[in-house]
Amino acid sequence: MKRTDDDRATDGGTKPAADGGTGDVFAFEATEDVTTVQRYREFLHEAVYLPAREAWRDWRMKVGLFLIAGYLAMGLIAWISGSSFGIWEGVTIIEQPTSNQFGGFEYNNQPPFQSMEYPLGTDSTGRDILGGIVHATPDMLKMTFAGGVYVVVVATVVGTVAGYKGGRVDSVLTTISDVVMTIPGLPLVIVVATMIDPRNPWIIGPLLVVGWWAGLARTIRAQVLSIREHSYVEASRTMGITTPRIIQKDILPNLMPYIMVNFVMSARQVIFNGVGLYFLGILAHGSYSDNWGVMMQFAYTHASALLVPERAYQLLIPMAVIVGLSFGLILFSQGTDRLFNPRVRHRGSGETEEEGDDQVTTTIT
Amino acid sequence: MNWFIKRIGQGLFTVFAVATLTFVLVRTMPGSPSQRLASQIREQQPNMSTQEINAMVAQRIGVDPDRPLHEAYIEYMVNLAQGNLGESINYQEPVFDIIARALPWTAFVMTISLLFVFVMGLGLGAVMAYREGSRFDVGSSLIAIFLSSVPYYVAAVILIYVLAIELSAFPLSGRYPSDVEPGFTLAFVGGALYHAVLPAASFVITSWGGFALGMRGNSIQVLGQDYIRVAKLRGLTDRRIALRYVGRNAVLPMWTSFLITIGFMFGSSIILEEIFSYRGIGYYMFDSIDNRDYPVMMGTFLVITICVIVAVLIADMTYGKIDPRVEAGGDNEAY
Repeated sequence: MKRTDDDRATDGGTKPAADGGTGDVFAFEATEDVTTVQRYREFLHEAVYLPAREAWRDWRMKVGLFLIAGYLAMGLIAWISGSSFGIWEGVTIIEQPTSNQFGGFEYNNQPPFQSMEYPLGTDSTGRDILGGIVHATPDMLKMTFAGGVYVVVVATVVGTVAGYKGGRVDSVLTTISDVVMTIPGLPLVIVVATMIDPRNPWIIGPLLVVGWWAGLARTIRAQVLSIREHSYVEASRTMGITTPRIIQKDILPNLMPYIMVNFVMSARQVIFNGVGLYFLGILAHGSYSDNWGVMMQFAYTHASALLVPERAYQLLIPMAVIVGLSFGLILFSQGTDRLFNPRVRHRGSGETEEEGDDQVTTTIT
Repeated sequence: MNWFIKRIGQGLFTVFAVATLTFVLVRTMPGSPSQRLASQIREQQPNMSTQEINAMVAQRIGVDPDRPLHEAYIEYMVNLAQGNLGESINYQEPVFDIIARALPWTAFVMTISLLFVFVMGLGLGAVMAYREGSRFDVGSSLIAIFLSSVPYYVAAVILIYVLAIELSAFPLSGRYPSDVEPGFTLAFVGGALYHAVLPAASFVITSWGGFALGMRGNSIQVLGQDYIRVAKLRGLTDRRIALRYVGRNAVLPMWTSFLITIGFMFGSSIILEEIFSYRGIGYYMFDSIDNRDYPVMMGTFLVITICVIVAVLIADMTYGKIDPRVEAGGDNEAY
């Protein structure tokens, strides 16, 4: 395809020169420019704008995106507040919490909604809870993003190659996925985490979902098996287009919505595992504002928030924040239903009335 | 039959792979357990010779730091095959005995929760599909989505707070009432069930939603198929259509999720049992991490893996009962 693309471009470009013989350099550049721009614009319209407009009709998508955007904004606030980069140097919106940051002991264990200084209250050593929540967000998002990307990339590569190639490649890859799938994820993560004691969120994220790709790879393989029988794929094959190219051009676009949903679901898994391990202190290097799980752990062990009802808020606030983020992610993934299924899409736009719903459904495990 | 043999072979291979992984981690990682253990013993008994220390390390974790890699590997594997998982550093007793005492309790809670998750998820999902668009459907979908976004340990903490501490309706921790003698008596079994309610509930509450939503989507899709219309025209009873036609075909694509959930649940027992101080296998695994008790850590990891493999095997065998095509020797595409 690349060669044909280039051919077309040169064809279009050289034509004016061959026709008129004017040799106008500007005309040449202009045509080239327009085709590229047009191609991008068309691509954006087809691949981004139309699906986005479709998805936006779903209320779940709206609420989900709204929630996710809120967390991104929190991450941005924390980044700006902590950054010493350029003009952000002096700007601090919310301070990094420290012990007794408001003064003496009288500021310990202050309940929420009492003062504008600490809107969500303070913990048992006088740290601002809102500050902790906000400043834990960037690492949380990095971890989540890294884990999601890792799962999706590995699963897509393994799944498409296994499904498309078939034969021995398929049976080897499928056996590997089956083996990885049965190794219980959390114990493996815990064992590895205690051994190598990771600190970098970009490493912790993938580690938390280290075997999570296997199930997704199996499902993608099954989808590829059915897609590769379609006539347009067969046509590409007969034309002699190479396998990587067919996978990239004919097969992957069909899987994109599915991959996106699974990105979101593995992101949620990263959050669950990550917060859980910090909560139990297995990833035990956290300072207060490293992770919401650390905040839960401090509330649980240092403030005995469970046993003292007046301090329950110290535990409830980080928990609500975690639930909020994963609720947003799940709503988002449920909201992409429309993208999967042309039938639902048509029903949404009132073109045809047909029964039947989600063709591909995602199971949350 | 061929298919069962293949499955069992795959299971054995997984055990082998995990055993190799534990060996690699124990033996070769920098600052590995065998080195740490050796220096630990040296600190406690400074006048011991290196050989004696190595012999002790070998006895404790089955890996002799002195021997060449391949010999140590073979010895480790032979030990494992004989059920020798080494000796706990913390409890001073064979790891096998610790696990044998803890495992039934984990299996007990896991079985209860799995049953409830599947029955609730599939049942409610099917009902939601039949009443698609109704207030019940919309309401339960929303509840299902919300509950799936609650981590199980958060649910556990909330359940403890409300039901165990504030209302004192359920015990806070433990496996059975302390004043009852273990045995097959009504009081003991009842007490054990009573103690298992909260750990199981925190899992069931947060996990049924995913299955319900999946089942709902699949059922709605199946309900639109032509063969359902044909079945109705043939005058089959609604009950038969719902179970044999809709239910069966809607469950099949979810099989991979079932298998993953089994592994997920055994894994999550580490966090849950720690929160509830429920002395199952996960509790001991967590405990071993706290104490750097490597033999227990590796042993529990290996045994949890074996449990998951056995559970998945059993699930796979029953899959043949739901989908007769598999036993007839067809392709095992369980998606």
